[in-house]
Amino acid sequence: MLTDTILFYIFAFLVLGGALMTITRRNAVHSAIFLITSLIGVAGLYLLQKAEFLFAVQIVLYVGGIMVLFLFVIMLVNLDAAAKEKQFNGQRWVALAAVAVVGAQIFYFIRKGADAFQIARPGAVQQLPGGNVEGIAKVLFSEYLLPFEIASVLLLVAVVGSVVMAKKRI
Amino acid sequence: MYPVTTFHYIILSAALLLIGTVGVLTRRNIVIILMSIELILNAVNINLIAFSQALRNLNGQIFAIFVITDAVAEAAVGLGILIALFRNKETVLADEVDLLKW
Repeated sequence: MLTDTILFYIFAFLVLGGALMTITRRNAVHSAIFLITSLIGVAGLYLLQKAEFLFAVQIVLYVGGIMVLFLFVIMLVNLDAAAKEKQFNGQRWVALAAVAVVGAQIFYFIRKGADAFQIARPGAVQQLPGGNVEGIAKVLFSEYLLPFEIASVLLLVAVVGSVVMAKKRI
Repeated sequence: MYPVTTFHYIILSAALLLIGTVGVLTRRNIVIILMSIELILNAVNINLIAFSQALRNLNGQIFAIFVITDAVAEAAVGLGILIALFRNKETVLADEVDLLKW
C-alpha cells in the first residue's frame, strides 16, 4: 500500500521530468534519451495498475522499437546544423498561453468531477482467472477481432508507406 | 495524498498531455515534434489504463494496445517523411518548410 504510493510518485517524477527534459534539450540525442526515461516511467505505471501485458509491450515496442528508430533517423539526418539554430519558433508565447488556458480548463473540470473518479477501492486489484495476458487475449481475439485485423492492414500500409517515402528512387 | 486513486493518474495524464502539446507547438526541430506526439499518445494510454483498472474492465487495455499500434505506424511514416524531406530540402526545422506558403 505505502510501497505503491511511493512507487507511483517515483514513476510520476520519471514521467514528467523526462517529458520536460525531452522538450527542452537542444541536442536531439539527449531528447531521445530523456524520452526513454519517460517511457520507462509510463511502463512502471502500467505495472502498478496490474497491466502486465502492456508493461511488456511498452518496453519492447517503445523503448526497443520506436526509440531505436528515432536514434537511427537522428544518425541519418545531420542535426548538427539544427542544434546551432534557435530551438523555439516565433509563436512560442502564443502557444504557451493557449496551452495554459486549455490546461486550466482541464484541471478545473477534473477537479469538479473528482468525485466520479473514486470508483475503485484504492489498492484493490483486478483479479481475473488466468491473469492479465489471458484476459486480454480472450477479449482481443473475440470481441475486438475486426479492429485487430484492421490494425494489421494499417501496419502493412505504414510499412509500405515508410519504405516508399524513404527510398531514393522507386 | 496517501492512497493513489484514479484521480492521481488523471492529473498525471493531463500534465503529460500538456507538456507534449507545448513540445509540438513550440519546438522547431521535427524530430522533437515527433517525440512530443509520442508523449501525447502515452498520456492517453495512462488515462485508458487508469480507467480500465478503476472500472474492472479490460476494454481500456485493448484500446491502449490499438493506440500503441497507431503510434508505431505514425512514427514509421513520420520518420520516413522526415528522411525524404531532409534529402530534398536539407533542413529539419519545421518553419523552414514553407513550400505551400506564398
